[in-house]
Amino acid sequence: MGTYTPHTDDEIADMLAFLGLDTLDDLFAAIPEAIRLQGRLELADGVGEPDVLAHFTELAEANLARNDRMLCFAGGGAYDHEVPQVTRSLAGRSEFVTSYTPYQPEVAQGVLQAVFEYQTLVSRLSGLPISNASLYDGATSLVEAVNLGVAAAGRNQVWVSSGVHPHWRQVLATTAAGTGHRTTVVPLLDGTTAWPEPDPNDPPGVVAVALPNYLGCLEDLSVARRLCDATGAQLVVAFDPVAVGLLRSPGAWGADVAVAEGQPFGTALGFGGPYLGLFSTTTAHVRRLPGRLVGETVDVDGRRAYVTTLRAREQDIRRDKATSNVCTNQTLMAVTAAIQLSWLGTSGLVEVATRCARGARYARDGLLAIDGVEPYATAPVLREFALRLPVPADLLIERMAEAGFLAGIALGDHYQGGSHAVLVTVTERRTRREIDAYLAAFADAVRP
Amino acid sequence: MTGPAAPGGRAASAPLLGSDTEPTVFELSVPGRRAWSLRTTEVPEVPVADLVPVAFRREDQVELAEVSERDLVAHVTRLSHRQFSVDLGAYPLGSCTMKYNPKVCDAVAALEGLAGVHPAAPPSLTQGWLSLLVELERALCELTGMAAATLQPAAGAAGELTGLLLMRAWHQAHGSVRHRVVIPDSAHGTNPASVTLGGYQVTTVPTDERGCVDLDALCRVLDEDVAGIMLTNPNTLGLFEEDITTIARKAHDVGALLYYDGANLNAILGVVRPGDMGFDIVHMNLHKTFATPHGGGGPGAGPVAVAERLAPFLPGPRPVALEPDEEGTARFGWTVPPQSIGRVHGFHGNALVLARALAYLLVNGGDGLRRVAELAVLNANWLRTRLRGTFDAPYDRPCMHEAVLSARTLRDRFGVRALDVAKRLLDEGFHAPTIYFPLIVDEALMIEPTETESLQTLEALAQAFERIVAEAAASGPAEAHAAPHHTPVRRVDEARAARHLVATYDARH
Repeated sequence: MGTYTPHTDDEIADMLAFLGLDTLDDLFAAIPEAIRLQGRLELADGVGEPDVLAHFTELAEANLARNDRMLCFAGGGAYDHEVPQVTRSLAGRSEFVTSYTPYQPEVAQGVLQAVFEYQTLVSRLSGLPISNASLYDGATSLVEAVNLGVAAAGRNQVWVSSGVHPHWRQVLATTAAGTGHRTTVVPLLDGTTAWPEPDPNDPPGVVAVALPNYLGCLEDLSVARRLCDATGAQLVVAFDPVAVGLLRSPGAWGADVAVAEGQPFGTALGFGGPYLGLFSTTTAHVRRLPGRLVGETVDVDGRRAYVTTLRAREQDIRRDKATSNVCTNQTLMAVTAAIQLSWLGTSGLVEVATRCARGARYARDGLLAIDGVEPYATAPVLREFALRLPVPADLLIERMAEAGFLAGIALGDHYQGGSHAVLVTVTERRTRREIDAYLAAFADAVRP
Repeated sequence: MTGPAAPGGRAASAPLLGSDTEPTVFELSVPGRRAWSLRTTEVPEVPVADLVPVAFRREDQVELAEVSERDLVAHVTRLSHRQFSVDLGAYPLGSCTMKYNPKVCDAVAALEGLAGVHPAAPPSLTQGWLSLLVELERALCELTGMAAATLQPAAGAAGELTGLLLMRAWHQAHGSVRHRVVIPDSAHGTNPASVTLGGYQVTTVPTDERGCVDLDALCRVLDEDVAGIMLTNPNTLGLFEEDITTIARKAHDVGALLYYDGANLNAILGVVRPGDMGFDIVHMNLHKTFATPHGGGGPGAGPVAVAERLAPFLPGPRPVALEPDEEGTARFGWTVPPQSIGRVHGFHGNALVLARALAYLLVNGGDGLRRVAELAVLNANWLRTRLRGTFDAPYDRPCMHEAVLSARTLRDRFGVRALDVAKRLLDEGFHAPTIYFPLIVDEALMIEPTETESLQTLEALAQAFERIVAEAAASGPAEAHAAPHHTPVRRVDEARAARHLVATYDARH
């Protein structure tokens, strides 16, 4: 049994007596006898914390693809970036970790101001003036962006480039069953989206595209922007918040909504979560914004203060007419991102993005020199790239694991010929020596 | 009846220094300063112009803050000192189950073999994670009396939407077109918002004078157009829906499914299971019941468990136990259920939150979890009874994990509202209860002490409430209206924030 309850037996007896009850069972008199649990749960009795920690250490040992033992060349929405002790220590402060949603702003200025700083940073990255306090992950941000776009355009035909992360598109398809949005997935041609001519009788209400896209390719978003201008559709851009250190921002391309996966900013790979969805939009859409928004104000003494604002959009007030059902978000990861971005600063973001791009260039040149390894597409890439292989990608990944590398991600059935194609990522953490070893192992692993 | 011990959960001694405004990180910024430090990689240097085609290259830099590591640490540490938390003191925020978050779970989440695993690594390299997820799913199914679960939903509301999409898929597979979902007027706001996103219309049923779903009203709206009923049990008034088996039968009679909102699951762990009450779909809030920290508003985790007949529709891929290998070693993999509604998360859900929840579950064990429910209900009832003469009790009968009281008399007699009570309580060194919810209670004070607060803390909390009421009676509402007095900022102008929106530092100028 756990030790997190403070009650002594005497105190329990006193409290029951105060209530006029004999036993703890009497507390549950309102529950009909017929449905009460007969006997015990089929769960083991509680054990000591050290025993539990030992169990988890064993589970952790069974994960061979752990970062400290296998060099990570996988990305695809989850990146092995440097997380300094500064970020770990500060983001791990229990005032941030163990507080609830800031419903009482007078005792939640810490979280509220950190989120205000986060919103500012995200807006500077995305190039759009309004950013919310985070959503669950990049996939959720895409879904919410599409919901906003459909509401704003008044049309539910949604064009999504297949360059958008395949899992995000799957989540969008799942939720479309409820919203009734009609989703058209637009294929890639040699790495960039081949937008069709819109049907004048059924033009898109939303156009969604990724920069760089899932294959790492850079797309000219002015094509998508013109498509939106011609049809009145809303442009949703899924961007890489690290690469944007070098690239024109979604706002500069004319995005109406920009979304991203925020994990690269100080959050552990963590087998996929908890991460955070970045979400930015134009001032015109602020009243359609999903999730929480922190605003600046003053207290009764005129001192600067922060508070969650434009609350009338939200589910607890607007209920079935709310812009979104989001309540709990990923605040701790937003605070973490604000800390990490301030640690990086202006020059650090450029430095990380540049080092990623240089590492990717170096690795890609080396890989393309290997017999039978070809580029998956010829469109320009930055920090991530896809390759065609002479062997199945799953086999390559298996062989590379034995050599100590997480080689990348198989494109699989998401893309044509994907069973023999792999997505490779290089972050600023990979040294030349590590990349050289990776290249040598790769050359061995693609031999038939 | 309390001993001489001091209350462990009263935070009034916290040294929140000074009353200055903390500058934003942008105001601390000095061009040219830096904190970053990266690995020496010896990767060949290539000019940016050669890395990024000009059409895509940005001409300026993304302007972030430029601060020293020392100033960053001081800034964020000062921010943390302006923040109430469970680690600081009692947080009786109704419906949020702000129990103590055991530190051992932090250690689990920090294990490099869990935190350092890429989500796209193949199953052969992630057997530990798969095993962990399967173990958690089994435990959650046992606790809820369900057959199978998805761990993907990232929060309670995501769980609700997942449940509604399961409902939709189920009816569709059975050739049944339905348009409405029934929810009580006491429901959390996420319920109706999720219903809309699930493609259904909300039909609201009233609460009867006993604080439970009005059974007659429910029967009147139930027909074959109803896809399901969403219920929280115990409900948001902290009361157990005693007619639950009747409700389940009536729902199932018209072919509707019964959805369990697990916000209040803490009250019934090991006592009664949603599956045994007749529920078909159950979401849990691991950040409430299973003590994973709320992180100032997230992350959470909202797994959804279902009855056997709904298992084929669960989101995929799902972690599953495979046949053991020749040596008898357990093996795990992924599978997509045959009629799956699809993914509801970019990867596998908030995995590190799931790991924390499993750790909490294992330390407590089956016996400990029942004790959690017992003591949560004991604490709530003790406080409810202790405060009987202090506030109105709109539903004056034994409650479950939380007590919903009302400041109506206080308002009518002395002009002190629930909001003022909440703000004045901050001055007393406690976090405020939830106020003005459920919506059906006038001047609601929704108090959930949780099982981890001691009798001494409950007594101190009760005395704090009493002082607030006594102060109003003795000297009028002025002090309460002006509260809080001792917090980093005093009462915040919320209307101004909405009227003159400043949602970034850049919008200030």
